[in-house]
Amino acid sequence: MSQDYTPSEMMIVTAARALKGVRTVFVGVGLPNSACNLARRTVAPDLELIYESGIYGARPARLPLSIGDPTLISGARSICSMVDLFGLYLQGGRVEVAFLGGAQIDRFGNLNTTVIGDWEHPEVRLPGSGGACEIATNAQRIFVIMRLKRRAFVEKLHFRTSPGHLDESGDRRRLGLPGAGPQLIVTDKCVFRFDEEMREMTLESLYPGVSLSEVEENVGWDLRVAPDLQQAHSPARGELRLLREDLDPQGLYR
Amino acid sequence: MPDKLMGMEDAIATHVHDGDTVAIEGFTSCICFAAAHEIMRQRRRDLTLCRMTPDLIYDQMIAAGCARRMVFSYLGNPGVGSLYCVRRAVEDGIPRPIELEEYSHFGMVGRYTAGAYRLPFFPLRSYKGSDLPRVNARISYVKSPYGDEDIAVVPPLNPDVAIVHASRADRQGNTQLWGLLGVQKEVAFAAERVVVVVEEIVDEDVIRSDPNRTVIPDLVVDAVVHEPYGAHPSYVQGYYDRDNAFYLRWYEISKDPASTEAWLDEWVYGVRNRSEYVEKMGVEMVQQLRPGDAWAEAVNYGAYDG
Repeated sequence: MSQDYTPSEMMIVTAARALKGVRTVFVGVGLPNSACNLARRTVAPDLELIYESGIYGARPARLPLSIGDPTLISGARSICSMVDLFGLYLQGGRVEVAFLGGAQIDRFGNLNTTVIGDWEHPEVRLPGSGGACEIATNAQRIFVIMRLKRRAFVEKLHFRTSPGHLDESGDRRRLGLPGAGPQLIVTDKCVFRFDEEMREMTLESLYPGVSLSEVEENVGWDLRVAPDLQQAHSPARGELRLLREDLDPQGLYR
Repeated sequence: MPDKLMGMEDAIATHVHDGDTVAIEGFTSCICFAAAHEIMRQRRRDLTLCRMTPDLIYDQMIAAGCARRMVFSYLGNPGVGSLYCVRRAVEDGIPRPIELEEYSHFGMVGRYTAGAYRLPFFPLRSYKGSDLPRVNARISYVKSPYGDEDIAVVPPLNPDVAIVHASRADRQGNTQLWGLLGVQKEVAFAAERVVVVVEEIVDEDVIRSDPNRTVIPDLVVDAVVHEPYGAHPSYVQGYYDRDNAFYLRWYEISKDPASTEAWLDEWVYGVRNRSEYVEKMGVEMVQQLRPGDAWAEAVNYGAYDG
């Protein structure tokens, strides 16, 4: 069966639907930005977009290339210094959901955005934390958006930039991390959630046309699969129309 | 009141020396490329460069061989990809090796804040469960005196010189900024010397008509430089847009050392100052980056002289 949508559109729509009823979201550029703007137009009309650059309640008139794009400032509810953004909004517990991604993720949802190889002598030097480490620590819930690849979904991270559920003990609380950590991982093939007990990534649903073995081949460990494995719902016509005509007419993230 | 207005060449010659710790901040907006290019033209060496997001500005300075060390929290071309000049320095020591001191954003924000407050450290909820403290011994933990909790701390950062781009200032250095505020206030209060670079010089009366918008007072400012378009290819809210096309183009230019050198020869060493750079950009480009209008409603502070 041929599909009339792209994997990116499926990711955006799936992430947007997960924001149902959410009030405050910490946004990144790219797919999360499209997902948040789509959610605001569909399942989460009261959603306020927060950016680490110091923006609360953005209403972008064009697609921002960066999280500090001037279109995010004009018409926003509030602009504040970065010490206020990180201190009052994020550490103050006002961020319900934050989006993160990375070059590598492990089964506990820990993320690497720092290096491939050794930190002292890296094979590839990646951007580093930015705000990710404190976002992973303080946001009430973390949603991850990443494409499913075997070199990204790894048994062992080369560097743990941002804490997820840490390890088998899964004890964020023992370390005093205020947020609940990763709850959802949206990929281009499937959706994972985290088991309450084990804090381990569990395959929850497959996208239409994707097989279980296709997912397993792209994960670097023995994957847990939910006993009631679901098939995710394709994007609705209305969602695709909003995305293509209003939110990303140039198709930058298609 | 002293008139602190001077040209960029003089400001850099006076305030930036070999071996200095330099912070040219500005988060996405108000990144003072004009100052960076002047530092490159004056061939400063062995600088410790501090910035949350080294961005293209430090990519270029590192390609020019100005830096010995970099203190940072996000090493990317935002929304685009890698900073290739930084990567060449880190991965292959080209044109010279660079030492890295790495934090997260809140860690850098906290360092400037502790520096500005003259405190021995800044506590923050971050770093637990991260490998960052393993590669940066300056990230530490203290036990709360009011409970059992351990909290991460970062040390103060007091640069020798901060260069702060902003919207407008008077000749004494009272500086107003709208749009993203970044850490401009904190870095200015933390630094030993402060050079403010603005799009417009205005009368003291203009500043006094809207004191809530004054982010940096003359008290901490050593030099004021009037440099329109001094933040290009970054932006200044309401003055000009971010040149996103250039950020994408730099990604290609910087992949190759030869094309990077050629760009620096043409746009940094090949011009005498920012005016020549803007002239070289051309009227059409300048027009293209001009945003439409979106005025704020005026507020009434009230006159209390009766």
